[in-house]
Amino acid sequence: MEIFLFQFLNFDIMRQAWPIIFGGAQMTLLLCLAVIPLGLAGGLVVATGSISHSRALRLVTKAYVDFFRAVPPLVLLIVIYSGLPFAGIRMTPFTAVCIAFLLNASSFYGEIFRAGIESVGKGQWEAARSTGLTWVQTYRHVVLPQASRNVLPDLVSNTVEVIKLTSIASVVSFTELLYAADMARSVTYNTSPIVLAAFLYLIVLWPIVRLVSRLEHRLGH
Amino acid sequence: MTGLERFQDAFLKPELIARYWPDILSGIAVTLEIAVAVVITGLALGLALAVIRSYRSRLANAPIIVFVDMFRALPPLVAILIVYFGLPNLGINISGFAVLWLVLSLVLAAFAEEIFWSGIVSVRKGQWEAARSTGLSHWQTMTSVILPQAIRICVPPLTNRTIAVTKNTALGTVIGVGEIMNQGTSAMSLSGNATPLMMAAVAYVVIFVPVVALGSWIERRFAWKRA
Repeated sequence: MEIFLFQFLNFDIMRQAWPIIFGGAQMTLLLCLAVIPLGLAGGLVVATGSISHSRALRLVTKAYVDFFRAVPPLVLLIVIYSGLPFAGIRMTPFTAVCIAFLLNASSFYGEIFRAGIESVGKGQWEAARSTGLTWVQTYRHVVLPQASRNVLPDLVSNTVEVIKLTSIASVVSFTELLYAADMARSVTYNTSPIVLAAFLYLIVLWPIVRLVSRLEHRLGH
Repeated sequence: MTGLERFQDAFLKPELIARYWPDILSGIAVTLEIAVAVVITGLALGLALAVIRSYRSRLANAPIIVFVDMFRALPPLVAILIVYFGLPNLGINISGFAVLWLVLSLVLAAFAEEIFWSGIVSVRKGQWEAARSTGLSHWQTMTSVILPQAIRICVPPLTNRTIAVTKNTALGTVIGVGEIMNQGTSAMSLSGNATPLMMAAVAYVVIFVPVVALGSWIERRFAWKRA
C-alpha cells in the first residue's frame, strides 16, 4: 500500500510538478478554445452540405464524413505532422493539431447537426418560407436554433470527446497537460504527475459527463 | 522529375511498399487481435455491471457509477500511461499489449454499462411486474424478458461506441505495441520516407470505412424499426 501511495499519490512530487502541469493545463485550455469552435463551425458547414439540394455536394459531404469518422484521430494527426513534411509542408504542432481536429471533429459535429436539422419538421421550413423569409434566413433563424436544441446532449457529449482527445496532441510534442505530466513523470520516475493530470481532467469533465447523462434521460433518448 | 514523380517518390514508392508490406500486415493482425479482445471483454463487463446495477443494491451501485463516470471522463491515453508506467514501479510487469487491452476494455465497459443500463430502464415497468408475478426470479426476468427487449434499443449507440473505442487501438503506438501505426512510423524513420506511413493510414481506412458504414446502416435500420 505504501509503495502504491508513493508511486501514484506522492504529494511531494505532485507539488514539485505543479508549475509544469499547470502550464500544460493552460495550453490544453487554449487548445480547446481553438479546436471546439473550429469543429463546430466545420460541422455546420458539413451539415449544410449534407442537406443540400445538389446531389454531387451531398455525395462529397458523405464521403468526407465517412472518411474522417473512420480514420483514428491519432493516425490523422501523425500523417499531418510527420507525413506532410515529406511534401515540403511543415507546420508547428499547434497548427497540425488544429487541422487534424478540424477534419475529425467537423465530421462528427456535422453528423450530429444533420440529425438535428432532419428532426425539425418540414412544416417549419414551409411556414417560415411562406412568411417571406429567404432560405438562408429560415435556416439560420428558424431551423438551426431548434435543431441545435434537439441534439444538445449529443453536442455536449461530443465536446467532451473532443476535450479528451486533445491529450493526443502530446504525441506530436505539443506541451499540453498530458505532455507536461509525462515530462514530469520521466524526470521523477514516478507516476504521480500523470495521476495529478488525470485529476484535472476529471474535475472538469466529470460534471459534464453527469450533466450529459441527465440531459439524455430527461429528453428520453 | 515532375511533381507527380516527386510525390510518388516521397509517399508511394513501390520498392518500399514491397519491403514494408509484411510489417504493416503484422500490424494489422495485432490491431485486429486487440480490437476483438477489447470488444469481447468490454461488452461482457459492461453488460455484467448493468445487470448487477439492476439489483439496485446501494453498496454495489456506488462503485459502479464511480467507475463508469471516471472512465467516461478520463482521456484513454492518460489511463494508458498511468497503467503502463505505474504498474512496473509496483513490481508488476505487464506488456504494452496487455495494458492497451485492459484500459480499452475498461473504457468500453464504462460506456457499454451506461448504454445497457438506459436500455434496461427503458423497458416498461409492467414487463417486470408481469414477469415477476408469473413466478420468474429477478435473474430469469432479466435474461429472458428484459434484456432481449433492452438490447435491441442498445444496438445503435453500442455499435457507434464500440467503433470509437476500437479506433483507439492506434494509441498503442505510444506505448510500443506493434500495431499498424507503430509499424508504419518505425518503418518511416528507418526508411526516411513517408511511404510506410501512408500504407498504415490506408490500412486504417480500408479496415474502418466499412465498419463505420456498417455502423450508420445499423443506426438507420434500428431507428426505422423503433419509429
